Amino acid sequence: MRIECPLCGSRDRREFYYAGHASALERPDPAASAEIWDNYLHIRENLAGVTNDLWHHETGCGAWLVVTRDTVSHAVLLARLAKRDKK
Amino acid sequence: MRFSALKILTEGLTGNRGWGAHWRDPEPADGYDIIIIGGGGHGLSTAYYLAKEHGLKKIAVLEKGYIGSGNIGRNTTIVRANYFLPGNSEFYSHSLKLWEGLETDLNYNVMHSQRGQIGLFHSDGQRDAAIRRANSIRNQGDDAELLGVDQLRKMVPYLDYDQGRFPIYGGLLQRRAGTARHDAVAWGYARGADQRGVDLIQNCEVTGIEIKAGVVQGVQTSRGAIRAKKVGIVVAGRSSQVAAMAGMRLPIESHVLQAFVTEGLKPCIDHVISFGMGHFYISQSDKGGLVFGGDLDMYASYAARGNLPMVEHVAEAGMTLMPMIGKARMLRSWGGIMDMTPDGSPIIDKTHIEGLYLNAGWCYGGFKAVPASGNCFAHLMATGAAHSAAQGFRLDRFRTGRGLMDEEGTGAQHNLH
Repeated sequence: MRIECPLCGSRDRREFYYAGHASALERPDPAASAEIWDNYLHIRENLAGVTNDLWHHETGCGAWLVVTRDTVSHAVLLARLAKRDKK
Repeated sequence: MRFSALKILTEGLTGNRGWGAHWRDPEPADGYDIIIIGGGGHGLSTAYYLAKEHGLKKIAVLEKGYIGSGNIGRNTTIVRANYFLPGNSEFYSHSLKLWEGLETDLNYNVMHSQRGQIGLFHSDGQRDAAIRRANSIRNQGDDAELLGVDQLRKMVPYLDYDQGRFPIYGGLLQRRAGTARHDAVAWGYARGADQRGVDLIQNCEVTGIEIKAGVVQGVQTSRGAIRAKKVGIVVAGRSSQVAAMAGMRLPIESHVLQAFVTEGLKPCIDHVISFGMGHFYISQSDKGGLVFGGDLDMYASYAARGNLPMVEHVAEAGMTLMPMIGKARMLRSWGGIMDMTPDGSPIIDKTHIEGLYLNAGWCYGGFKAVPASGNCFAHLMATGAAHSAAQGFRLDRFRTGRGLMDEEGTGAQHNLH
């Protein structure tokens, strides 16, 4: 599995740390209800198919990436800088 | 048909013509009292105990593929009860006791072999942690022995004790732990359930769950609609998809875990050996193959196969621990889909929908749990109350934050187990 880092180009999967679904970027307001926080922290869509995950280019440029990936085929479709998605 | 030494002798002398099928292949009926979705180890054992201990009659197990086609037929077969936290501790203790009576109970040879499992430690701090764990295991009523390096050297002389990075200080031995033949566990439970009248319906994929006014009515399948008063979801890595049919979203992320088998070798590894620091564990099957595995590939996956970096990592860890296996040739590998929960512990609970029950989140430790998981899930589905050994496995523990069972102590958060 290789990931096309927007800054470094195509790199081996081992350079990256996987940090779970990209929903981590949609952090709720601290005053949001317990249900919203539960949803954010624990509940996952867990799609069998195309999904967006958050990866850290740990031993490369250090950028956080949102990677669009197929969880059934392991195909990596797109990687972009996470800061564009962060609210 | 009952298996016995006499039966084997008679069949051997008469050309083995008398062995029949181990279970029927029934057409689905219009309705059942209980439907179990998923004919893996946990689903089959649930059906078995529903029929055996609760005397229920109209039960069906719906399996998308064939019996034994999922993780129950593809795992590293380790059976142990060396958990630490209350909640897990009594559950795995219950499971090990069921394992010890399983072959007699099922009249089936599941090749349960209590060869002992050794968990290695590599520092004074880890020794202290092992002692604490050993005390916890003994408190739960099971066996645990601390082995110093001299004792360990006598028992397993082939480890590389003086390696620079992880010198071996000793091991925590559980003599009653061991392995079992995974397929035989599925077949034994399937046969036992079938003999008690459970319909095992293979090639029957559930495509929808019927719910009316908050009460489950039955399921839609690739072989037509089937009514049911109660439905249990026991589908491991596919839990999120099946629960979504009931409009539920789960605290589960599915990951791939790889395992490997070498060609058959003469007996050389007598125990199950766990090298936690290297994320490596190994045993030798009765056929002679070395069966070993490591950690998750560590990204969400449904591919049922892993990637090469983890193959390399596991092979390196194996070579670090026991250089003697370096010339063994790897025969095959596989990747199972693990239903990972945030705290790494399972869920056996009711849902907010009446008559719908969930058994999921076994992470990478489902095999040893097969007997107790079915036993406790059957108890829950039949009586409506949690079994005393599985009261901690609540679905709402993540939302409430109460009773989290984070065995590794890394935090009850996805991607940390």
